[in-house]
Amino acid sequence: MGILFEKDNFSLFVRGFVGTIELSALSALFALLLGIMLAAFRVSPVPVLRAFGTAWVTVFRNTPLTLLFFVVTFMLPRLDVHISSFTAAVAALSVYTGSFVCEVLRAGINTVPLGQAEAARSLGMGFGQTLGLVVLPQAGRAVIAPLGSVFIALPRNSAVAGAFNVFELFSVQKTWSEDSYPIFASFFWLALAYLAIGFSISSVLSLLERRMAVAR
Amino acid sequence: MAPTEEKNDRMKARRTVAAALSVLALTAVAACGKDGSPNSDSGTKGGSAAPQLPTYQVNADAKLDASPTWTEAKKRGKLVIGAKSDQPFLGFEDVQTGKRNGFDIEIAKMVAADLGFSADQIEFKTINSSARETSLSGGQVDYYVGTYSITAKRKEQIDFAGPYYIAGQSLLVNKDNTEITGPESTKGKNVCTANGSTSVGNIQKYEAKVTTFDSYSLCVEKLLTKEVDAVTTDDAILKGFAAKNQGQLKVVGNIFSEERYGIGLKKGDAALQKAINDALKKHEDSGDWKKAYDATLGLSGSAAPAVPALDPTTAS
Amino acid sequence: MNSRSASVLYDVPGPRARLRYRLAGALGALGIAALLWWIVSTLSDKGQFDARLWESFEYNAVQQRILDGALATLKAFGLAAVGSLVLGVLFAVGRLSDHRPVRAVCTAVVQFFRAMPLLIMIFALYAAVFTAEPMWALVVGLSVYNGAVQAEIIRSGINAVPRGQGEAAYALGLRKTQVMTLLLVPQSVRAMLPAIIGQLVVTLKDTSLGYIITYPELLFVGKWIASNSDGYPYIPVLLVITPIYIAMCLALSGLARWIESRGRRGANRRGAAAA
Repeated sequence: MGILFEKDNFSLFVRGFVGTIELSALSALFALLLGIMLAAFRVSPVPVLRAFGTAWVTVFRNTPLTLLFFVVTFMLPRLDVHISSFTAAVAALSVYTGSFVCEVLRAGINTVPLGQAEAARSLGMGFGQTLGLVVLPQAGRAVIAPLGSVFIALPRNSAVAGAFNVFELFSVQKTWSEDSYPIFASFFWLALAYLAIGFSISSVLSLLERRMAVAR
Repeated sequence: MAPTEEKNDRMKARRTVAAALSVLALTAVAACGKDGSPNSDSGTKGGSAAPQLPTYQVNADAKLDASPTWTEAKKRGKLVIGAKSDQPFLGFEDVQTGKRNGFDIEIAKMVAADLGFSADQIEFKTINSSARETSLSGGQVDYYVGTYSITAKRKEQIDFAGPYYIAGQSLLVNKDNTEITGPESTKGKNVCTANGSTSVGNIQKYEAKVTTFDSYSLCVEKLLTKEVDAVTTDDAILKGFAAKNQGQLKVVGNIFSEERYGIGLKKGDAALQKAINDALKKHEDSGDWKKAYDATLGLSGSAAPAVPALDPTTAS
Repeated sequence: MNSRSASVLYDVPGPRARLRYRLAGALGALGIAALLWWIVSTLSDKGQFDARLWESFEYNAVQQRILDGALATLKAFGLAAVGSLVLGVLFAVGRLSDHRPVRAVCTAVVQFFRAMPLLIMIFALYAAVFTAEPMWALVVGLSVYNGAVQAEIIRSGINAVPRGQGEAAYALGLRKTQVMTLLLVPQSVRAMLPAIIGQLVVTLKDTSLGYIITYPELLFVGKWIASNSDGYPYIPVLLVITPIYIAMCLALSGLARWIESRGRRGANRRGAAAA
């Protein structure tokens, strides 16, 4: 267990920890934006956009994350698109997570009963008012918990980036394994790091959920 | 509401199944392909002037009863040799023909001939670097030839014969690159290498920016698309890639480390170790070694290094 | 229901809205077509459709490799699916145990494995135990992680079975094991089948992590083919193996929907018979 305090292992570990957090945070942001856009496509009244959204989500929900990483790392350069490994990793994680976010949002909108919107419309509310004052607040509450599990999965998934030249916690594990430290000692510290990240996210989420909850 | 939904679901399910089936059908249609043409198996480009691979005389009355590995191999009628499959002109497997070629493969074949096994009595098995020791001590392969550096740590688990080649860390760059001429000129440059190699530490000393992927072929891909400036590892591996991409890549600079490639075998099999060392010595003296080099790694344009002397500490 | 009905978000469109939708549709179609054309033309500009890069696929040896890779993927998936379901049932039952220590241990194990990245576990198993057999590192890692997730799914299914059923069974003199195995677990698995198969799709996708620990599954084989062919056809290889992965996953989720629709039909029939 003393592995963390030998040589410059501690700074290595901190660097990996920061890498994982940066990667997850940026990917979460872009995944959310992409997910909202895709969800808008999927519930739009225009059939072409709906079909596009459906096709996109079907493709990316059924493609392994490792394969996506491979695509952004080795396909783009051949097409003369040159981005850093970190940007590539954010792109892969965002595209992968974005389709899951889209599905959660869509399901959330579908939980709002049709009658609510009809009532709003018959009161004379316009599209923006119906959406902003009636539909989204209700859908938002339904969406928090499943969205939470999507985002809790992100730091875990981000470990794959370590195999594609991004320095994060998996890279730390590989480095320590190459330096022939005992595997289970390094596993212990990594587990601690991931548990801490997961715990922080879930406490923020439960706080959010309590804030958004309404007495009925 | 419910029945419509159910119908929709069923239709969706049917459509999915149909899609899956059509993909399968496509695969099946594609499955009538061609076999590898025998001309392409040597892997050498170029005309009749290209150096030819040596041929080896099989020693039909080889007898090595003192070696349990050899006895076992003789009983099953074939020799199982561990090798790499993704290092061009070193340990390479042609995807189209499934045939192996390269310098390491030639070394494996010349040793096998002296042990009494012809080329078609050899079964090559691809073993990754991290699994080499376990596959040798577990008996999955009889011996291993594949950029296997002799180190004290490995000798605790297995035995080596050889060395049959002295490699050293070097640099592979694009042909038009004149900036990088050796490790000293890599400061601030992007240098790619594979994980799990000592190359990382060696190049970091020169303040290069290090990129790592899980195999050298991926590094070479990054070099060809100009995302990194150089690839670094043992010169033997780099020469193979330079030979494979003639006109695009070149190996530069002197080697800045020493790796002695040996043939790995199960610990304690002294008889086999001696037989392999004798075989290496014989083929090195007869010129087969040089011929094998010229027809493989030599295609990169780098001249053959001196034939290494067998290491007395491996031949104990 | 006709296609022109209102949704939560949009009222039934009038003539002007319909015109607007049609316009947006045309624009969208144009945009998508432009995007597709851009992708195809970039690929062909960069010579990615050259016959040289695709000829590897014509060879039997290469087709055999791809097939072997797909089979290796399916093999790891099959073993991990069985492993994760067995572990899932065990953990779920353990979490509902009457004995506090069993409950505590199972809860801790499930929560721990759900929070750990699969790759970190697989790599640790590979480096420490299964160096020569990466498949088992993959299978054990997948089984433990997905087992923990399946346990939560099955547990919530068990909790959703009406309490009266369990009580009735106890009243009939069934023992706890019998109540679990005959009554609660089967009903839970049936009710949760869509979620369980959804997680199996995740398991199937995650077999591609085997690539990182050199298990020769589909992605690993694809990389090998690309790096050993002339001209390094990484893009052609990706264009071939991605559809295979998508087809495998879709087939599995198609199976889920099929089972679900069958299940519902069965339930309806029984409902009708009872009424």
